[in-house]
Amino acid sequence: MSGRGRTLAAAARLGRVRLGLALVVLVVLVAVVGPLVAPHDPDAFVAPPSSGPASGAALGADVLGRDVLSRFLSGGRAILAMSVLATVAGVGAGAAAGIAAAIRGGWIDELVMRTADVLLAIPQVVLVLLGVAALGPQLWLIVLLVALANAPRVARVARGTALEIAQRDFVRAAEAAGESSLRIATHEVLPSAADALLVEFGLRLTVSIALVASVGFLGFGLQPPASDWGLMINENRLAITAQPWSVVLPVVAVGVLTVGVNLVTDGLSRAAAGLDRAGRA
Amino acid sequence: MRGPDSVRRRATGLLGRRALLALLTLWLVSLVVFGAVELLPGDAATTILGKEATPGRLEALRRQLHLEDGIVHRYLQWLGGVLRGDLGTSAATGSPVTELLGPRLSSSVLLVLLAAAVTVPLGVGLGVLGAVRRDRPVDHVLGVGMLVFHALPEFVVGILLVLVFATQVLHVLPAVSLLPPGDSAWAHLDVVVLPAATLVLTTFAYIGRATRAAMVDVLERDHVRLARLNGLPERQVIWGHAFPNALPAVIQVVALQFAWLSGGVVVVEFVFSFPGIGAALVEAVRNRDVQVVQAIALGTGAVYVAVNLLADVATTLATPRLRTAAAR
Repeated sequence: MSGRGRTLAAAARLGRVRLGLALVVLVVLVAVVGPLVAPHDPDAFVAPPSSGPASGAALGADVLGRDVLSRFLSGGRAILAMSVLATVAGVGAGAAAGIAAAIRGGWIDELVMRTADVLLAIPQVVLVLLGVAALGPQLWLIVLLVALANAPRVARVARGTALEIAQRDFVRAAEAAGESSLRIATHEVLPSAADALLVEFGLRLTVSIALVASVGFLGFGLQPPASDWGLMINENRLAITAQPWSVVLPVVAVGVLTVGVNLVTDGLSRAAAGLDRAGRA
Repeated sequence: MRGPDSVRRRATGLLGRRALLALLTLWLVSLVVFGAVELLPGDAATTILGKEATPGRLEALRRQLHLEDGIVHRYLQWLGGVLRGDLGTSAATGSPVTELLGPRLSSSVLLVLLAAAVTVPLGVGLGVLGAVRRDRPVDHVLGVGMLVFHALPEFVVGILLVLVFATQVLHVLPAVSLLPPGDSAWAHLDVVVLPAATLVLTTFAYIGRATRAAMVDVLERDHVRLARLNGLPERQVIWGHAFPNALPAVIQVVALQFAWLSGGVVVVEFVFSFPGIGAALVEAVRNRDVQVVQAIALGTGAVYVAVNLLADVATTLATPRLRTAAAR
C-alpha cells in the first residue's frame, strides 16, 4: 500500500505528469461541465448549415445548421464513459486471467496464452468492426469489444509480473503455509503487481480512448442525432473548408486527452521503475 | 554434441514449432472470424437485406450463404473456399470478393510498404539518437515528442494533416484520395502521400521508444565500453558493436508495428477515402456484407501471424545466443 503511495508521490513530482494531468482535467471538465453551460440545445437548428461564426452561434453551425459550440460541449461524455468502462473491464479481465495463468500454470496457462495469441492476431479496430458487423452499432457491444481488445495485452503483462513475483520469498512462504491459490493471488501477488497494472491501465486507457473515438468517427458509435465528438467529425469532415471549427474542436479534444493520459502514464512507469531500482539496491 | 550441425538442427526444430503454433493461431482466428458472423441475431438474410426485402431475394441470399446447411458444414465450406482462393460472393455488389478486393489490396499494399519504408528507418534512427544522447536536451525533446505521437489516434493526425496541407493553410496535396475507377494508387502517387504520412506519424514513435530502450541497455554493456576505451570511432561503436545487439528487440517491435499498420490503414483509408481494403472493410461493415468482412478480417490476421513468424526467424538468425540457449 505505502509502496503505491510512494510511486504516485514520485510521479506527481515529474513535470510531464503535471502537464498531462492539466490536459486531462481540461478535457474532462469540458466533457462533464460542458453540457450544463452549452448556450443552445445541441439538437436545435440555429443557423444556416455549415455557416461561420455569427451572433446566434459563436462558432457557427454544423452541416445540419446546429450550434457547433453547443454540440462540442455536449459531445464528450460518451467517449469518456465508454473508454473508462472498457479499460476497467479489459484490465480487470486481463489481470485476472494473467495472474491465474501464472499461479496455476498447466492447461489454464496454455488456454489463457493461446486465447491471447488469437485475439492479438486480429488488429483491435478490425476486432471491434467484426463484432459491429455481426450485431450492429450498439454502445454496450463496443465497450465489450474494446475491453476484449485490451485484455490480452494486459494478461501477458500481468502473467509476466506475477511469474516474477511468485519467485519471491514471501509468496513461497505463503505457499508453504498452505494458503489457497486464490488467496495468494489476491493477498500476495496482486498488491505487488499493482504498480505494473497501474501503468498498464494508463496505456490501455490511451488505446481505449483512441479506439472508442475512432469507432465513433467511422460512424459505428453513437448514432445521429446524438452529439458525440467522433460522430461530429464524421458528419462535418466534408465541410471542413467552410466550417473548420466543427471538425477541429473534437479532433483537438480527443488528441489532447490521449496525449495527456499518455504523459501521466509515462510518468507513472518512470516512478515505478525508479522505486523498483531503489528497492533492489 | 555442441557442433554447428546440432545447433542448426535445434534452431530448425525451434522454428518448426513456431510455424506450427502460427498455423494453429491462424486456424483459431478463422474460427473467431467465422463465429462472429454466426452471432447475427435471427435470420442473417433478413438482417443483411432489411425487412422490406422480397421473399425471392431472401431465398436467393439464404442459398448463397448456405444458411440451410448446419454450422459445421458451412464453416468447412467457407474454409475450403478460402484455401482454394475463393472468398465467396459479396452480398452488397453480387461480384466475387476476390475480384472486389484485388485492386484495393494492391493500393493498400503500396500504402503500407511506403509507410513502413519511412517509419522503420525514422523510428530506429531517432531511437538510437535518443540513446546515444541519453538525458541530454535532444533526448528529452525526442522523448516528449514521441510520447505525443505515440498517443494520437490515426484520425486525429490524418485530419490535422488535411487541415495543414490540403485545406486551411496550404493546398499542396489532395485531401481525398479519389482515383479514376479501376486505377490503382500505384499510378497516382500524390494521393498516397498524406495517408502514408499519417501512418508514419502514428507508428514511428513506438519503434523509436523501443529502439532507445534496447540501445540504452546495450550501450551500458562491457564490450561496448571496452570498444570505446580502445578508442574506436563513435560511429563504429554505435553501429558496429552496440546496434547488432539491440537488433533482436528492434526486429520484434518493427514486426509488431508492421502488423499494427494493417489495422491502422482501416481508419486512415476512411479519413482520405483511399480506395484500399481498409475503406472497403468500413463500407462492408456498414452494408453488413459478411463475406467481405470475413475475408478482410482473416486477411489481417494472416498478415499478423506471417509477419510475427518472419520476425521470429529473423530474431533467431540475429541472435546466435538465442539459438543455443533455446535449444538447451
